Amino acid sequence: MTNSIHDMGGMQGFGRVEPEPNEPPFHEKWEGRVLALQRAVGFIGLWTIDAGRASLEALSPLDYLRSSYYRRWFLGLERRVVRHGLVGEDEIAAGRSLRPGIRLNRKMNVSDAEHPPLTNFARPAPGPARFKEGDQVRAKNINPATHTRLPRYARGKIGTVGAIRGCHVFPDTAALGAGDNPQWLYTVVFSASELWGEDADRSIKVSIEAFEPYLLPA
Amino acid sequence: MSDDHAHPDDHAHGSELSEMDVRVRALETILTEKGYVDPAALDKIVEAFETRVGPHNGARIVARAWIDPEFKRRLLADATEAANSLGKLDPVANHLIAVENTPDTHNLVVCTLCSCYPWSVLGLPPVWYKSAPYRSRAVMDPKGVLADFGVTLPPETEIRIWDSTAETRFLVVPMRPAGTDGWSEEQLAALVTRDSMVGTGLPKSPAEVTR
Repeated sequence: MTNSIHDMGGMQGFGRVEPEPNEPPFHEKWEGRVLALQRAVGFIGLWTIDAGRASLEALSPLDYLRSSYYRRWFLGLERRVVRHGLVGEDEIAAGRSLRPGIRLNRKMNVSDAEHPPLTNFARPAPGPARFKEGDQVRAKNINPATHTRLPRYARGKIGTVGAIRGCHVFPDTAALGAGDNPQWLYTVVFSASELWGEDADRSIKVSIEAFEPYLLPA
Repeated sequence: MSDDHAHPDDHAHGSELSEMDVRVRALETILTEKGYVDPAALDKIVEAFETRVGPHNGARIVARAWIDPEFKRRLLADATEAANSLGKLDPVANHLIAVENTPDTHNLVVCTLCSCYPWSVLGLPPVWYKSAPYRSRAVMDPKGVLADFGVTLPPETEIRIWDSTAETRFLVVPMRPAGTDGWSEEQLAALVTRDSMVGTGLPKSPAEVTR
């Protein structure tokens, strides 16, 4: 889901940022277990990181806002294990296993947990990059009902290519389980006045990491 | 899977388990009984984030860049390669990008869409980094955000916001504090705070650590 509450850049009314001195890694023991479960179940390889993000974005805005970060992760994980047939709704309701698990291609053991495989999202380029550093580009005005990483605040806005970051897995496709569909990735820099209007502070510049399908020549 | 009666801010009172304790335990039990996860592997993951993976890793990288110009050049050219060359850290995932603060430019990192953060060098993102106030305001009102952290910059300083909308991850290399000539890498690393590597803070001053 794209135009939902997770896309927060430029929203107003959420109040002050509240730094917490000496913040612990986890505030509750269950938060660490959720992080570990997320990693271990993700290791099985049934979905991509983008599909994981998409399942969080599919939470209702009310659930999203009233849930802590790790609670959102938990709710997303619970949905995914059911959707991918690992666990039945009846088992979630019962709070225990009601039948044997399905066969998996892999399972995270202690050694995997101590030496997690490094993720690499770079892929061979299907063709030359369309844009080069310094090019003016316009972010497309798109509003897909599915996952995208082009934030609303940048859509339709003109920026400058600040760097080419290589060719990467395209989240919009990977989130659908439809393959890597590698695309060139750029850092695109916008002036604050382009994003927020002529009264914006001229000392501010904002960049996004934009995949080539998000961009048009300007 | 209804959340209609969720009270995320509830905490356990006495020995009573909170709603989330119960739900997470139940899911872990189901996944373990069905053979999908190994509780010992889960323990290792939690332990890594409670002990090994944290901002001390990033601080070492920054401190090295402060004392070693060739390392700094490599860091700014390819931060993944440079960080991994230090050898004593957990391997850093691909696509790490170091951005340098200068007298003219201050960098600030955010993920407006979720919580993307350079975990391998800074550990878990703090709650504020994942919060709606930070994610909403960093790209539009970064000076207001910096004020919430007690940071004021000269008005002519350019503020450069990096929204982490892909798998690239950003590490801010803050400016080396004055008065640290001749300091060792270890001494300098003690000045490098997590927030200074996200851009919401500045390194500690020598007086703050020698007092």
